[in-house]
Amino acid sequence: MAITREEVLHVARLARLALSPAEVDKMKEQLGSILSYIRQLDRLDTSGVVPTSHAIEMGTPFRDDSVEPFGQKEEILKNAPDREEDFFRVPRIIED
Amino acid sequence: MAGIPVHAWTLIEAARAIRDKEISSRELTRALLSRIERIDPKIHGYITVLPETAMREAAVCDEELAGGHTRGPLHGVPVALKDIFCTKGVRTTCASRILDNFDPPYNATVTKKLREAGAVLLGKHNMDEFAMGSSTETSRLGPTRNPWATDRIPGGSSGGTAAAVAAGTCFAGVGTDTGGSIRQPASLCGVVGMKPTYGRVSRYGMIAFASSLDQGGPIARSVPDAAVVLAVIAGHDRRDSTSVDIPVPDFLAATERDVKGMRVGLPREYFAGGLDASVRESVERALKALLSRGAQAVEISLPHTEFALSTYYIIAPAEASSNLARYDGVRYGFRADGGTGLIEMMSRTRGEGFGAEVKRRIMIGTYVLSAGYYEAYYGKAQKVRTLLRRDFTEAFSGVDVILTPTAPTPAFRIGEKVDDPLTMYLSDIYTIPCNLAGIPGISVPCGMSPDGLPIGAQLLGKHFDEEALFAAAAAIEREIPLPRLAPLEE
Repeated sequence: MAITREEVLHVARLARLALSPAEVDKMKEQLGSILSYIRQLDRLDTSGVVPTSHAIEMGTPFRDDSVEPFGQKEEILKNAPDREEDFFRVPRIIED
Repeated sequence: MAGIPVHAWTLIEAARAIRDKEISSRELTRALLSRIERIDPKIHGYITVLPETAMREAAVCDEELAGGHTRGPLHGVPVALKDIFCTKGVRTTCASRILDNFDPPYNATVTKKLREAGAVLLGKHNMDEFAMGSSTETSRLGPTRNPWATDRIPGGSSGGTAAAVAAGTCFAGVGTDTGGSIRQPASLCGVVGMKPTYGRVSRYGMIAFASSLDQGGPIARSVPDAAVVLAVIAGHDRRDSTSVDIPVPDFLAATERDVKGMRVGLPREYFAGGLDASVRESVERALKALLSRGAQAVEISLPHTEFALSTYYIIAPAEASSNLARYDGVRYGFRADGGTGLIEMMSRTRGEGFGAEVKRRIMIGTYVLSAGYYEAYYGKAQKVRTLLRRDFTEAFSGVDVILTPTAPTPAFRIGEKVDDPLTMYLSDIYTIPCNLAGIPGISVPCGMSPDGLPIGAQLLGKHFDEEALFAAAAAIEREIPLPRLAPLEE
């Protein structure tokens, strides 16, 4: 199944992945052949089949909605690539 | 155990020697650390080695033992973890640049349970980046080498763990399996690897790849060793809503169980073309081993097998693309330089931080979930997943376990398949259906190829019936004695 360069760029944008032009070319080829392979599922009639999202049947487990302090703010913040006091610092969000 | 070097002991022997004070945990840990130093440069099974903390933990174990206290079945025994399990204060990278300097603020439940059972942590094992791969070649730190033939891959994604266990640089390890990542490397490295039933082992603190398929499990040099480790790490965890609240059976006792009368299913789809001759012969030997102990062979069919790989390569990337959205350079990990705004920073961070295979899977996943394609791919795959599950349910109405090859060939050469994703994906063809159905699976050594490469047999079981797998695998292990330690020269 052929996939166009524009489609690759569109999907990369959705996935927030900056790809080099060489990567886009390679992705176009490889995605095309992987997608053709997986389209074999079209041969199967699945009308009336209930989808599986979870292999083990179990109900929704409930717990009390109570707050537990994690107590290690610094341990979390020290992993931040950039911070200011107790905040994660990021580049400007609203672009001109 | 006089005459056998300590690194060649089984985990059970090591634990007993410590308990009986034949050796201290410090002596044993020091011996393994020194073996890592000598052997690991040839294998590259480890991303991180922890000589200081391991020796400190061993000293604590020795003191506790001197005071008459043992924590649990792994008291003082040095083990290691795939670098996908969060370890508080120890860098956890998933073999990715994007998590290069991630220092988890908490322990995974698996990490915590190992510590509570008394295990000493030697280090963190190499793996395919984010567990995406079948050869450990997608690691950003370079491939692990198969200790049986160092120009070959160890399998993957838990290749570092399987190689280290086979190289005697740890007594056991814990890996993860989303489509075969415990069983396939165990098979290729000649050791035992068990993927438990989905929900048996907590996924808390285990970095997510495909949440409906991921499951942690042991890799060890014997079936009883794997049973001991699984008993330690299994169990309900309120921090993982998919972990199942049922008792953990005595897995070690199950390895002693008789297989007389056990019905062993042989799915004809797994023995069709494409299967290496030495793999076929070895699996037939495994079958004979079971039959010689009174099991019966039953021919079965799992008719949707040929659709499993496609189903997997829709569901796993879809879940991965969603799980990996969290790596955006804001809260932890790598952040790319330059760029003007937030979106550009995130896109560059992800473009530079992820390797080729991870990007490929994020792209597939994003594509199959995108508007206009969702039903055709993801919706369709979820329905086929139902058919695959049903195949197993029907098969298990007439058999107790299913016997198949674990991998279609023995270990291939480093670099052989790295540029051909589809061929690489085919190495997991026999292991993938198990994850889609959520059932347990184990790989146990059953033979050697003509060039001396290990071959494993896979046993699949009913949901939460790991005991039958341990019983059958232990029977194969007793009937077909094979070396578990690779013949490495020091």
